[in-house]
Amino acid sequence: MTPTKTTSDVTDSRDAGLAIPADDPPTSRRHDDRDIDRADDLPVANEDRTVLVAGQWKLIWWKFRKHKLAMLGGIITLFIYFVAVFVEILAPFPPDQYNSTYPYAPPQSLHLGQVEGEFGLYVNGYAVSFDPETLARTFVIDEEVRHPVSLFAKGAPYRLWGLIPMERHLIAPDDPSHPMYLLGADRLGRDMLSRLIHGTRISMSIGLIGVAISLFLGVLLGGISGYYGGATDNLIQRVIEFLNSIPKIPLWMGLAAAIPLSLPPLHVYFLITLILSLIGWTGLARVVRGRFFSLKTEDFVTAARLDGNSELRIIMRHMVPSFTSHIIASISLAIPSMILAETSLSFLGIGLRPPVVSWGVLLEEAQNVRSIAQAPWLFWPGAAVVVAVLAMNFLGDGLRDAADPYA
Amino acid sequence: MFAYILKRLLYTIPTLFAISIMSFIIIQLPPGDYFSVLASKMAKESDTIANTAALEAMGARYGLNEPLYVQYWKWISGIVLRGDFGQSFEYNRPVSVLLWDRLGLTFLLSFSTLIFVWAVSFPIGIYSAVRKYSIGDYLGTFIGFVGLAIPNFLMALVLMYVSFKYFGRSVGGLFSPEFVNAEWSWARLMDFLAHLWIPVIVLGTAGTAGLIRIMRANMLDEIYKPYVVTARAKGLSEIRLLFKYPVRVALNPFISTVGWVLPELVSGATITAIVLSLPTTGPLLLRSLISQDMYLAGSFIMMLSVLTVLGTLISDILLAWLDPRIRFK
Amino acid sequence: MHDTTPLIEVNGLQTQFFTDEGVVRSVEGVDFTIPAGKTLCVVGESGSGKSVTARSILRIENPGRIVGGEILYHKDGEVIDLARIGPKTRQIRQIRGRDIAMIFQEPMSALSPVHTIGDQIVEALTLHFPISKDEAKRRAIEVLGRVGIPKAADRFGAYTFELSGGMRQRVCIAMALSCEPRLLIADEPTTALDVTTQANILDLIADLQKETGMAVMFITHDLGVVAEIADEVAVMYLGQVMERGDVDSIFHDPKHPYTRALLDSIPRLGQRGAHRLASIRGMVPHPFDRPSGCPFHTRCDSYMPGRCNRIDPPAVSFGPGREAKCLLHTKEEGVA
Ligand SMILES: Nc1ncnc2c1ncn2[C@@H]1O[C@H](COP(=O)(O)OP(=O)(O)O)[C@@H](O)[C@H]1O
Ligand SMILES: [Mg+2]
Repeated sequence: MTPTKTTSDVTDSRDAGLAIPADDPPTSRRHDDRDIDRADDLPVANEDRTVLVAGQWKLIWWKFRKHKLAMLGGIITLFIYFVAVFVEILAPFPPDQYNSTYPYAPPQSLHLGQVEGEFGLYVNGYAVSFDPETLARTFVIDEEVRHPVSLFAKGAPYRLWGLIPMERHLIAPDDPSHPMYLLGADRLGRDMLSRLIHGTRISMSIGLIGVAISLFLGVLLGGISGYYGGATDNLIQRVIEFLNSIPKIPLWMGLAAAIPLSLPPLHVYFLITLILSLIGWTGLARVVRGRFFSLKTEDFVTAARLDGNSELRIIMRHMVPSFTSHIIASISLAIPSMILAETSLSFLGIGLRPPVVSWGVLLEEAQNVRSIAQAPWLFWPGAAVVVAVLAMNFLGDGLRDAADPYA
Repeated sequence: MFAYILKRLLYTIPTLFAISIMSFIIIQLPPGDYFSVLASKMAKESDTIANTAALEAMGARYGLNEPLYVQYWKWISGIVLRGDFGQSFEYNRPVSVLLWDRLGLTFLLSFSTLIFVWAVSFPIGIYSAVRKYSIGDYLGTFIGFVGLAIPNFLMALVLMYVSFKYFGRSVGGLFSPEFVNAEWSWARLMDFLAHLWIPVIVLGTAGTAGLIRIMRANMLDEIYKPYVVTARAKGLSEIRLLFKYPVRVALNPFISTVGWVLPELVSGATITAIVLSLPTTGPLLLRSLISQDMYLAGSFIMMLSVLTVLGTLISDILLAWLDPRIRFK
Repeated sequence: MHDTTPLIEVNGLQTQFFTDEGVVRSVEGVDFTIPAGKTLCVVGESGSGKSVTARSILRIENPGRIVGGEILYHKDGEVIDLARIGPKTRQIRQIRGRDIAMIFQEPMSALSPVHTIGDQIVEALTLHFPISKDEAKRRAIEVLGRVGIPKAADRFGAYTFELSGGMRQRVCIAMALSCEPRLLIADEPTTALDVTTQANILDLIADLQKETGMAVMFITHDLGVVAEIADEVAVMYLGQVMERGDVDSIFHDPKHPYTRALLDSIPRLGQRGAHRLASIRGMVPHPFDRPSGCPFHTRCDSYMPGRCNRIDPPAVSFGPGREAKCLLHTKEEGVA
């Protein structure tokens, strides 16, 4: 680092190699220390590392907290997943409950006041008017009619998570035959709000499961690529490059269109998820590979290898934990693109299919300009997509910044 | 430079091969083979005897009763040697007739959007980096995020809704009715450009948002680099400095984003075209997939991918010409 | 030696960085003088504010800010306080590169990767002189030759990645010298280079100084280099000049315990470099917890509890241009 001989023959009486301790502490000493650590038993070293990791998470949390938009994104994301978990309770009706009396009924608003002699929540009823020329039926809110609604009212019975039999809904009309369309109704008089809430579960879970599969592929292939390097790395990199160099939507379309129409909805759901993740894993693989490359030369990995740990153990116990934060950040950025992909495919009618309800399936109803002109509330699922994707992008961006110690 | 181009060309060959395999698989994927679908369809039509003969001729042409690799060979050699992409049974015409026009428009649209995306995100990205944490920076970042979060088709739908509701006309298409089937002329070009901006905006927003963030990050990487300080220490004014050094250096990674922007644009163009009913590949691809007109669908998917890869190749070579570090390797 | 006219006088300079975590007081009241035509060496451990001081002179301290003090530049009888003019003004831009030029530690990244070296030198010339492109090119090739670049005319169109580290540093020097500045600031220009190259570059700077009569402010942490090239020495620690004076008195009669510690840390013959660090005990404190009183008291062998950690040591003068900031030398204690 510093010269020791350059100036030796130049100056007067002084000794050779005049240097002040400068930037880098001498490295050889450090290595000595490490050797001693290793000579002791391993648990000590491991304990040290736990402390280090805990510190790292705390640091990340502090940095993340300063990111106001990311915090907001995190809260919204949590809320959306909360909705996805308690769909049956939160939705007033089952997703497929229709009422042919009220096609395209406009949204009502919730009021507080006198209804049937008591003070409580109510919604207004509808009045129907026929257009004598076009014979089209249009609905208008009828201020005169008041239908009482209650929180945790009894409604259609259901099994929460397919297990617990229940019949209370967060909000529902007291008399199930009364219309309540807080976000309006679709073509068949189905409640948009209920469908939107049910769609949340499918859309959000596709994001999660799809990313889980992508993550598995990404960590596996990215890890192999970064850990072994050489020809293996080269091959995997070529595959990634290939997948990145071709337009994804046509490819997804081609694969999704091959799913037989006769398959049960659940199978379609899993096949679509699989197709999305088979093409979508490359981003995560890149991140993992990069981390592996920078980690595999780190001292503690070398130390673990010298201790005779198996490669798999080294990867799982020593390397993966040290880039979990980066992975989490990448995941929160990958989920929204998964959601967008599912939405696009379902929107085209070659992704998920009714009776499964996802945001994309709901938007398929909005394909026609005339129907959205008549019922703009068909856009609600679109708003849900945008909010969810935006929130998760903010969250992921904040996490990524927080996970990077140098940012 | 020449060595670089050669190497880059050689790299492209396995990619093209992989694309053809992938497209062939997609053609083969649907349950029930193309041949029987065709047979059952033709059986409904009256002229049975003539059709049977036609069917047998086709069977021989594509080797439909032979092993897969023979089928692949017959299919790909037809394309490469004779430009024969097979037959679309839905339109009962050669795929190549349906293909080129729409592919051309798809790429015209994608490239126009690419230019738009660059032209918008470049200055905004520079501004955001130089005036980091200013109101403009926050605004740009926020709009960028929103742009990323709105799927193409949704933006197209909203635009259509707005123009239908408030202007009483539906947007869509790339030509006015009188020009749809006309020959290319000055008037047709003008008409095309007048229609182009809606799909360009729909298609370009997400990419613009992404590239603003990339340009901003690139610039932030560069403007604190030592060579910028060196230039400043020379006495250069800030604005000259900015454009001569960091912008110039950040330009290369910015342009090389074409590697993923172009596939995204072509990808997005597919779905946007379906919503806006543009005479590009999108709507026809969707239709052919739904009706399992697989030679048409497979050819579309293949040619979209091939042209994307070639587009990236060309821009890579241009980039090498711009960047001495690549050129000299 | 001290009868020469000053070129730059720095008095009480303070430069700070306002970061999210707090204010970094990188330079906390620095005083020194650079005589015209002479060499001032600034020494000190890493983080002592040497680079920030140098950048402040050229007003390229951004993102830091000069918050106090003055930087007096003596230009043809006129005195300009560089600390008072805006870092983006035309006035400072005409001084940068023309009157005061600077070379940096990292020759690898100090040149643009996408411009030819010729382009980067010509730019400096045409910026400050009303000359044609051809004339600028001729001069650029000439100066490239002067810094010892073989086949300078051929190298004119070369890119930086085609050159070795030593060659790049020569290019940087050529660029800095192209306008024949009156002061060359060299911020550890040899640290990133290998030993032989270091010696060559040092010789080159010394030769060029003789030829052109420019002053040099040479930043280093290598006392060997100091002994070789310095006329004047300023020893910095945590943003302050602890001691300054001519090179002989600094080496033979150091007044400050820090200077002494630095000199003691010079390895004896036969010792390996790895043991140097042990010589000054402790580490340079983080800029956020600057010690109170004398910044060095936490590591000082002559630490006087109750005084050194309370009182900011004033500068004690030992003759013209010879000062030390240490309580050992204040009146009450008597001069050591
Ligand atoms: N851009 C910056 N932001 C914050 N602090 C800085 C910055 N640049 C330098 N510093 C701080 O200023 C102090 C002095 O740095 P420097 O002048 O580079 O030291 P030296 O050159 O003596 O090694 C250090 O503590 C460093 O952390
Ligand atoms: Mg420094």
